[in-house]
Amino acid sequence: MSLKLTALLKSPWVFHLSTGSCNNCDIEIIDCLTPRFDIERFGMLLAGSIKHADVLLVTGSANRKCIPRIKRVYEQMPKPCFVVAIGECALSRGMFIHSYNCPVPIDHILPVDAYIPGCPPKPEAIIAGAVKLIEKVKNGTAKKAKNEK
Amino acid sequence: MAKTIVPIGPYHPLQEEPEFFKLTVEGERVVAIDVHVGYNHRGIEKISEMKTFDQSVYTVERICGICSTSHPFACVQAVEDIILMEVPDRAKYIRTIIAEGERIHSHLLWLGLAGHFLGYNTVFMWAWKLREEILDVMEILSGNRNNYAMFTPGGVRRDIKAEDIPVVLKKVDSILPTLDMLKKAVMDDPVLHARTKGVGILTRDEAISFSALGPTARASGVAKDVRKDAPYAAYDQVDWKMIVTQNGDVFDKLAIRVLETFESVKIMKYCLTHLPGGEIKERIKNIPPGEGIGTHEAPRGEVFHYVRSDGTNRPVRHKIRAPTYMNLPTYKATIIGETISDATIILAAIDPCYCCTERLAVRDMKGKKLFNGEDLVRLSQEKTMQLKKKMGF
Ligand code: SF4
Repeated sequence: MSLKLTALLKSPWVFHLSTGSCNNCDIEIIDCLTPRFDIERFGMLLAGSIKHADVLLVTGSANRKCIPRIKRVYEQMPKPCFVVAIGECALSRGMFIHSYNCPVPIDHILPVDAYIPGCPPKPEAIIAGAVKLIEKVKNGTAKKAKNEK
Repeated sequence: MAKTIVPIGPYHPLQEEPEFFKLTVEGERVVAIDVHVGYNHRGIEKISEMKTFDQSVYTVERICGICSTSHPFACVQAVEDIILMEVPDRAKYIRTIIAEGERIHSHLLWLGLAGHFLGYNTVFMWAWKLREEILDVMEILSGNRNNYAMFTPGGVRRDIKAEDIPVVLKKVDSILPTLDMLKKAVMDDPVLHARTKGVGILTRDEAISFSALGPTARASGVAKDVRKDAPYAAYDQVDWKMIVTQNGDVFDKLAIRVLETFESVKIMKYCLTHLPGGEIKERIKNIPPGEGIGTHEAPRGEVFHYVRSDGTNRPVRHKIRAPTYMNLPTYKATIIGETISDATIILAAIDPCYCCTERLAVRDMKGKKLFNGEDLVRLSQEKTMQLKKKMGF
């Protein structure tokens, strides 16, 4: 594992990107930071700017107005970085699959490393997903993961 | 003095939703504001027309996660308005309980965020910690922390079990001391006073002319609340106070939300202890052609739903108006002339909800041009002409 990755995993800073979600997923992410769930235990912190972030948490069903902006945000992110899709909307567009304004799911736009399903996923699920991602990167199985399962 | 444009957004740490504010500033003063929305538009009205009446209730639930009771509430009332039916008493009470639980968690959520915007993270942490208790209550009652899926045309889907009531009452009671402490901490805090008193004032006349709704209007002395003006569900059977303050500044909007939380706790407790027996749902056989409207006082103001039926099992038109749609233009009155450092809290003071608001956006493929109302009228007239020609009129 490179030095950069080691440093990143010690304290991954997250940036949260809402791409036309219903707010619930976003609120559950912020919930993770509050006293009951306290994701800071794992060194995670919500970054105010994408340029400070290591992990991009994407929620929502990527509408047409957002897609170019999602790409731009991703380009501005310092690499290496990870992308986590949170919620049914981001995974598969959920119930917005027939919408005229949501053409593709998130993983057609960005390389997604972890998927956390749920509508909305509970904060526990988000934390479990984040921890799993860290473990996977540590074991060096992050890339292989998709083929294994 | 030279004018500078300060862009905020669309992705910025201020609010969790994407929206774009263009602030024009002269020195430190804001002289103009422009708000661009559309980053959240998902075409829910159209999707709702593809679903059956039962399903569209869960569709509108996903308009906004924070108002995930308000939209279904207004929607089922619109459907019931088409049939002109009365729902059973027990269902009315359960609906009221769920709606008030949502109001408590929404106001606490806003209070926390407001504290965060002011750089007062203690309030943020306290309010959100307290909110968890209410989410637990909602989980006991409905089975989920958000997106409760309790509503259905004709009643509610889940009953409240008798053995759950004492547990819920105890939980609701247990938040009261902390809520009281939070109220004192917020209302007597000199720092909060300094930051919010006299900031972003919306006068009574302005509130009326902008047709502001909900706490935004009530903070400016406009006594307007659907729950009192046109009572529905169990609101006319409960004794509760409408909170109205006069100054219209950010502090008043804050105070209103804190005080309303206590009223909601009161309503919730009353309904839980006086829950009538009987059925929770009346079966609907078919929905006749016709139109219906439903309103509900969401935490941010009045939600309005219009549903038209043609006798089939799907709505032919479903129109939604969310409160933020009306409250958003009040920025023009509140933010102009204030300093840029106060802009964050003024922008947040109406408790904006963009997911709710974004119902219509038309643009060309490059995402540039937005049609205005006149263009839409013209387009629809052209379309009518074309159709007439086609059909040989
Ligand atoms: S997955 Fe569900 S909760 Fe999350 S943004 Fe989509 S509709 Fe909202």
